[in-house]
Amino acid sequence: MSYTSSNFLYLLTIVAFILALRFLSNPAHARRGNQIGAVGMLVAIAVTWVKTGGTSWWAIVLAMAIGGGFGAVAARKVRMTAMPQMVALFNGVGGGAAALIALAELHRILPEPGAPTADISLGIVLSALIGSISFAGSMVAFGKLQELIRGRPITYVGQQFVNGALFIAALACAVTLVAGAQDEWLLWVTIGASLFFGVLFVLPIGGADMPVVISLLNAFTGLAVALGGFELENNVLIVSGMLVGASGSLLTLMMGRAMNRSITNVLFGAFGQVTAGAVAAAAGDGGTVRSATAEDVAVMLAYASKVVFVPGYGLAVAQAQHDVRQLADLLEGRGVEVSYAIHPVAGRMPGHMNVLLAEANVPYPQLKEMDDANPEFSRTDVAVVVGANDVVNPDARSNQGSPIYGMPILNVDDAQAVVVLKRSMNPGFAGIENPLFYNPKTVMLFGDAKASIDELIADVKTL
Amino acid sequence: MSHSTLLMFEVSILVLAIFLGVEVISKVPSLLHTPLMSGTNAIHGVVIVGAMIVLGQPHKNAFEWVVGFVAVILASANVVGGFVVTDRMLEMFKRREPPKKP
Repeated sequence: MSYTSSNFLYLLTIVAFILALRFLSNPAHARRGNQIGAVGMLVAIAVTWVKTGGTSWWAIVLAMAIGGGFGAVAARKVRMTAMPQMVALFNGVGGGAAALIALAELHRILPEPGAPTADISLGIVLSALIGSISFAGSMVAFGKLQELIRGRPITYVGQQFVNGALFIAALACAVTLVAGAQDEWLLWVTIGASLFFGVLFVLPIGGADMPVVISLLNAFTGLAVALGGFELENNVLIVSGMLVGASGSLLTLMMGRAMNRSITNVLFGAFGQVTAGAVAAAAGDGGTVRSATAEDVAVMLAYASKVVFVPGYGLAVAQAQHDVRQLADLLEGRGVEVSYAIHPVAGRMPGHMNVLLAEANVPYPQLKEMDDANPEFSRTDVAVVVGANDVVNPDARSNQGSPIYGMPILNVDDAQAVVVLKRSMNPGFAGIENPLFYNPKTVMLFGDAKASIDELIADVKTL
Repeated sequence: MSHSTLLMFEVSILVLAIFLGVEVISKVPSLLHTPLMSGTNAIHGVVIVGAMIVLGQPHKNAFEWVVGFVAVILASANVVGGFVVTDRMLEMFKRREPPKKP
């Protein structure tokens, strides 16, 4: 296939990807956009297939069958609650592929006479470096979300120093290669150091900060792919990779803004470390907590005129989304106005709660973003907090000493009454005390979120 | 095309892609941020093009063969998994009428 015709077809792929993203601006036709994107991908694969001219075709088919088969089965089988780790996994393998391509390219061009031009070697080293960080980081994020690794931040003395040293080692080898050194081991060191850096860089980041990390790693893979486009002189890789890199970076910044924390603080702050001081302070707090039975709460809900559900990661863990929907239907049947208030960083990835509630067939006009939800709490009778903690912590508004001070929160304490569904009084993931639990308006309903909601459903039915 | 012309061209489209990416994404509502993440995740699966080029290279030694093979496996998992997961999510965002009040 000629240079012109293959590049023209690659342009179709690029247009398809842009449309895919563009169609995501409205839930009504977002799915069609994704299908257009998939067709664009098929075009790119077909063009590349023709370009390779049948060399090792059986190996390509075999590898595609193995990878594609695994991807299809994993993507079909995964439960909606496990979506964040699935996205992390697919993101990681993409980054890994970019790093391997760089390795193979360098291996191929080094024996050729003359040093490779600087732009090609720059593409190779950066795509290897960023792709390896993305691969290793995503695998650790996967491990944390799948609970194969402890979710709490893992820290040790001199951590920043070790991370810095690894990164500098990777960068130094990369620079030497670009400067014209023709030694393949330099790239091996770059990749090795980047893999270690990727692991150590995600290990100290707590589960609650995962939305930021996952979208950052997504941006990294996009960037690695774009740089791979420079090394292979391929436009479709440059444009598509950079689209993802730019969008992922923007999303990362938006998540940081939603927590009112800088990205540096999220990445290097080891937020949510349990320090002895924090635990002691929590224990010393002398407020009283009112606990209620399911019957009491059922009465409150059934005779309310407006109820707002506030979901958090606990909803995903308990897989209570369908039960919440049932309870909401029951209440609506009694004439109660029901909506859901979604904090931008609730859950473990951007928009996590929206997907879970959509899975339970909650009509999306009922899902309110934070800015729309907050003014409504003052005319809400009961706010039901299901497995959320930090995103409803009033300390973020008023206590300057709190680690989350300044983070915009859902003002559930503006409602007439607050019901908190929670496993126990253990402080949440970040180990931060929540004065909402001691508020006289608040009652606690202890137990597994799913079991509690099921009890509420049974009790509302008897009323 | 001379090498420097090609490079300049590549850098230009790279920069334009950054602006385009930011522009397109800022129109996506936070409701759809998860499908956005997994949709862009599927799009960077286009790395499969690079992996196929490596594995489809005519004169390659055993090392390049193995590395290319693994790269195609990883990239195809990224492509198929990314699009399927996104489709499953978006399927759930069909417009539904809120239940009628009695």
